[in-house]
Amino acid sequence: MQYMLLCCFDEQRWAEMPDAQRDRIMRAYGEFVQGIVRSGHYRGGAQLHPTATATTLREAHGKVIATDGPFAETREQIGGYHLIECRDLDEALGIAARVPTLAAGGAVEVRPVMPAA
Amino acid sequence: MDLGDLHRREYGRILATLIRTVRDFDLAEDALQEAFEAALARWPTQGPPQNPVAWLLSTARHKAIDQLRHRAMAESKHAEIAALSEREEDAPVPLDSLRLIFTCCHPALSLEAQVALTLRTVCGLSTEEIARAFLVPVPTLAQRIVRAKAKIKNARIPYEVPGDDELAARLEAVLAVVYLVFNEGYSATFGADLVRAELCAEAIRLGRLLVELLPAEREPKGLLALMLLHDARRDARTDDEGAIVLLEDQDRSRWDRAKIAEGAALVERALAGWPPGKYAIQAAIAALHCEAKSAAETDWPQIAALYGLLASLYPSPVVELNRAVAVAMADGLERGLALLDTIHLPGYHLLPAARADLLRRLGRRAEAASAYREALALVTNDAERRFLEKRLAEVARP
Repeated sequence: MQYMLLCCFDEQRWAEMPDAQRDRIMRAYGEFVQGIVRSGHYRGGAQLHPTATATTLREAHGKVIATDGPFAETREQIGGYHLIECRDLDEALGIAARVPTLAAGGAVEVRPVMPAA
Repeated sequence: MDLGDLHRREYGRILATLIRTVRDFDLAEDALQEAFEAALARWPTQGPPQNPVAWLLSTARHKAIDQLRHRAMAESKHAEIAALSEREEDAPVPLDSLRLIFTCCHPALSLEAQVALTLRTVCGLSTEEIARAFLVPVPTLAQRIVRAKAKIKNARIPYEVPGDDELAARLEAVLAVVYLVFNEGYSATFGADLVRAELCAEAIRLGRLLVELLPAEREPKGLLALMLLHDARRDARTDDEGAIVLLEDQDRSRWDRAKIAEGAALVERALAGWPPGKYAIQAAIAALHCEAKSAAETDWPQIAALYGLLASLYPSPVVELNRAVAVAMADGLERGLALLDTIHLPGYHLLPAARADLLRRLGRRAEAASAYREALALVTNDAERRFLEKRLAEVARP
């Protein structure tokens, strides 16, 4: 069973954070990913550029319209994701609890991935 | 053979084992429902089987297999059915009840969903009964249960008893659900609320089940003791008109001595270890109240000491409030009043109500009246409102 861990963090806080702290978190991410690769849970993942680079598409009057920015204005934004293979939700939550941005005030949304039909 | 009685006693246990075997909440529930219907049709004429529980379990399992065969026509689930048909159990497995409880009270579900699902599956209450007890519309409650079951399935919440490293935290969540069910029933006092009072009985049943299934854990015993000791005083808490009767004014001959004895014995077992749990300490306090022959003979110094212990191990402003009242009774009203003034609990009517009571006992009637008015501005429960109004009228009398 696959789970998507969506790592959410306040982008502005991330940008304004002292470099040393950001570096420390990124190193911790490196170790976190190495850890889940070694344990065999890793299926994919990446950091995303900030929402300032996002383009959102919607359909209006039968035409697809592109607009600048994320699909929703939220306090926290998705800054990256991990795709992991787990036995069940408890195992996924155990791994998600180790996401380094949690300790810095971030959130992780854990979503089960629908199996291909 | 009383089928209704059997349903009450065994539904949750049979369902728990069935869910493990068929690995699907809905399928298990439907199959068990059908098995009970079959029993209702057959037993009155043909007589009940020798082992009714085994019959229900086996009938339900076969109904579930039939259902799966049906689905298998469309999908390819033959392997699953083959595996299922091999297993033959004739008694519910106790561990399954525990698995079911921990799954229903999984922290990934909302507290409301945990409560509803536990009552629906472990206790076998109908959706209508639960909705009535919690004063929510039936469709709302049904939706809550459907969503929770879908999440269990789709997010794959495991059907397991948590491992040692997580057991304490997860058990706390389970106990919180049971206590919430109890309090929901206990706060209901009047005739029309009798459906809600049934919740106390269900909570006590759940408490007994947890004590039986987790014999090494102390807090289930503490919680069961606490619930029994509260429940023992249920009938004496209100008069014939439904008005509140305070502990000190209650007719102690109306207290249920058997429940008090059972609760007090459990308290001792719950306290055998350090640190004592929060339910165990509260139960010890309730036992002291229940065992006092009269209000005047209440062991307030020991109650104040236990509240002090509770406050140091599990600090909360509500515990401080209770401690202040106990200190007032043990060491003098003025000391209790001074403690009350250090507590910050905005919007909580029992804080001004406690102040009002101490001021009333001190004969400071004008100040008491103003504190009663403050409490009245915050209270929501009708019976409590009537009580505070009565007290206000007494102290405001010239």
